[in-house]
Amino acid sequence: MSDSKPITENEIDDKGIMAGVEKLSPEKIERVINEVITAETGAKLKVYVDTCVHCGLCSEGCHYFISRDRDPKFSPAGKVKQTLWEIMRKRGRVSPEFIKNAAVVAYTQCNLCKRCAMYCPFGIDIAYVMSVMRRICHKLGVVPLYIQDTAHSHSVTANQMWVKDDEWIDTLMWQEEEARDEVSNLRIPLDVEGSDTFYSVIGPEPKYRAQLIYQAAMIMEAAGESWTMPSSPGWDNSDMCMYTGDYEMMERLKKVHFEAAIRLKAKRIVMGECGHAFRSVYDMGNRALGWKMPPIPIIHAIEYYHEIFSKEKIKIKKKFDRPVTLHDPCNIVRGRGLHHMAREVVNATCKTFIEMTPNCEHNYCCGAGGGVINCGPPFKNERVESSKAKAEQLFAAKAKGAEVVIAPCHNCHGGLEDIIHHYGIDMELKFLGDIIYEIMEIPE
Amino acid sequence: MDRENWDWEIGKREIANLAPWQERFSYQEEPCASPDGEIVAAIIRNDDEEFTAATQTSAGEITTWENAYEKVWHLRFGPDGRLSALVSDTAEWTVATDDTPWENTYDFAWDMAFTPSGSHVAVSTQKDLQYAVSVNDTPWAKEFSRLTAMTLSPDGLHSAAVVETELLLETEIFKFRKGCYSVAVDGNAWKQSYMNVWEPCFSNDGNHVAASIRTTYQDYTIVVDGKPWDKKYSSVWAPIFSPDTNEVVAPVKEAGRWSLASQDGLVWDTSFYQLWHPAYAGGENRLAAIVSPEYGLWTVALDGTAWDATFNELVTDLATSLNGQRAGCVFKHDGRWGIAVDGKPWQGRFDMAWKPVFSPDAAHVAAKVETQGKYILVIDGKPLDRHFTRLEMPVFSQDGQRILVKGVENNIFYREIVDLG
Ligand code: SF4
Ligand code: SF4
Ligand code: SF4
Repeated sequence: MSDSKPITENEIDDKGIMAGVEKLSPEKIERVINEVITAETGAKLKVYVDTCVHCGLCSEGCHYFISRDRDPKFSPAGKVKQTLWEIMRKRGRVSPEFIKNAAVVAYTQCNLCKRCAMYCPFGIDIAYVMSVMRRICHKLGVVPLYIQDTAHSHSVTANQMWVKDDEWIDTLMWQEEEARDEVSNLRIPLDVEGSDTFYSVIGPEPKYRAQLIYQAAMIMEAAGESWTMPSSPGWDNSDMCMYTGDYEMMERLKKVHFEAAIRLKAKRIVMGECGHAFRSVYDMGNRALGWKMPPIPIIHAIEYYHEIFSKEKIKIKKKFDRPVTLHDPCNIVRGRGLHHMAREVVNATCKTFIEMTPNCEHNYCCGAGGGVINCGPPFKNERVESSKAKAEQLFAAKAKGAEVVIAPCHNCHGGLEDIIHHYGIDMELKFLGDIIYEIMEIPE
Repeated sequence: MDRENWDWEIGKREIANLAPWQERFSYQEEPCASPDGEIVAAIIRNDDEEFTAATQTSAGEITTWENAYEKVWHLRFGPDGRLSALVSDTAEWTVATDDTPWENTYDFAWDMAFTPSGSHVAVSTQKDLQYAVSVNDTPWAKEFSRLTAMTLSPDGLHSAAVVETELLLETEIFKFRKGCYSVAVDGNAWKQSYMNVWEPCFSNDGNHVAASIRTTYQDYTIVVDGKPWDKKYSSVWAPIFSPDTNEVVAPVKEAGRWSLASQDGLVWDTSFYQLWHPAYAGGENRLAAIVSPEYGLWTVALDGTAWDATFNELVTDLATSLNGQRAGCVFKHDGRWGIAVDGKPWQGRFDMAWKPVFSPDAAHVAAKVETQGKYILVIDGKPLDRHFTRLEMPVFSQDGQRILVKGVENNIFYREIVDLG
């Protein structure tokens, strides 16, 4: 935790936010706010903000509120009050200081996890309201430094981690070479036109977790998949621009990603274990471009694993024998309903499965989502403090015997790792792919 | 490779039986055919556990290159019929063409590009973490800390790429805003740098380069030869040059709608929910583009007028005839792929479809499609009565009367000339 400093209301130690605020004038703020609200939100935002009766039913739905001693300012409605509610009441006439605090709330105190929306009698989607606030902040140039840098990386490289074109190809070749020690003809097929499956991952995989690409190649090989990966940009499906509010760049990224698969004439995209990327390819980015649904089918790794087990495409030597629990990533569970499939995969691969409570669509976010972890060290303490509810869930699962937490989402891994470390929970984290690779029969 | 000199005699010839390949090599990648269909090639692993290329012609046996490498990838025939690949030994990469490696080597080489005649082969290169472009084994004199989106002029005499003009480190967001990216032409970066630069392209004569840029988070526009358009837009897509006048047009977004614009303003008076991949068609300089006339529906527009037929999932692979009179595309509708030409969808839905190809005289159009794992060639809407396990893109004869079909049936690679008369 040494790299992190707690923030107070008056002291925001983030260069991105502070430098942006310094350049603001009341006129600019008013103009940008009115532009966004009139041209981009339509009636939806007004209805949401006007309909809220401040009943507080959503409060208990939010892990920030629960974890932060039920401080009303962390309740979903409290966050709206500190941001859009005030902005609409004042018709955009708010101060730079207000925007500074609103940016902190929108970017770092809401994971856009949509849990609260399930508890609101009117179905008000606070995540949408916070996204509008982020959009305003992006247009005002008031965005936390680290996530802004990630958005810059996306804009230059079409990936999240500043991975250069040659580094990407080199990493795939290196993983292929390593894997050939296990399976001599194993191939990570680059640019193979007409494959059934285009496999896409997120930037951290080639940068820090190349082993995951190795594992995926082994699983694809064992399943007899006809698959490919591109040698050019478009291999990364992630999207921090969606979370900074830079929707134009989100669109550009999704175009590059889908067109990489379309150019290679793949019939579908299978994506690795990531939550937010799924939201961007399945819901936000594709629709912003004008594709109601993804232009070619795109499935999450959970769906792919489910397919290979239900069609008996791979064999397992022996089930994973340490007791596991499962973290349901918001974006693919509340966002896509993959929780049943995830459980079927866990049961097909693990001997003992212990449910976390609450679970499935009621699961708490890991605290990292919505780009919050990407806002970096200045907000790390706050983030982990706001995940007490998640820590308690993990402790309870551990008390029931769980030793391993499976989280089929990269961001969730980041968030859960910090929670495990901070609260001293002795549990190991794994992706579903880690487990499958560990227990499957290797071909040849 | 002059198309007129190819063997256009009607009939079918076996080029290679692939079964002996599978017996002979412990590892083999997908075979590909030369433009005239006379040679088949593939990356293989030889008995010494090294990688190289193997080829076969109708007259001969399987031949492997004399040089073998630790790694070989991206084996491709250039338009002139020469065979090139990216090859590496002891972690040094280069290009090998027809078994002859270039003299210069790099820490990495990728993104191989050919000119339409095949006279020039270019690659992006990295050595000691410095990036450049090499054309026909001649590297740029200047290097950059980052390089992407390399492109080659049609005559191959010039090359360009997006480059980082000032080293940008992670989290330097304020430096980024000042602009660290530009276009380098033949290794020389334009004077001005921008926040972002994408998709540079050359004019037909190779004397001009255009690209899309972002100058602030909100302002996108087009830059030509280092000079940005005056007007800014909320977004833009890749620009193109008119082949006749060198005028640049690009899709631009204003007030939530997309249209086509040039430096002088809107080129089309119609706007769309989405518009991309514009293309000039033929000598009359007609403009075509893929458009979404309303949310979720896709089609093609010619000179600003959208086809009546729309498709509910995707339109891609826009193709135009040389005379500018005809256009075709690949579409996806209700989960199935198809081909549409001149505003009309052909009968038949497929598991996949490839870009339609027009004959030089625009009289015929052919497209490769896939159904249940078999490839078929559809000519003027009618499927050719052959089923292939691999199929290359079709090529018309210069007079448009014949078509060259290159594909694998029963593990045999055939070359066939079909009469369209
Ligand atoms: S979206 Fe999630 S983090 Fe945001 S207010 Fe609702 S429950 Fe809390
Ligand atoms: S539950 Fe709905 S109406 Fe009640 S405070 Fe929350 S958002 Fe407002
Ligand atoms: S990081 Fe994981 S749990 Fe958290 S919001 Fe994303 S998907 Fe949800």
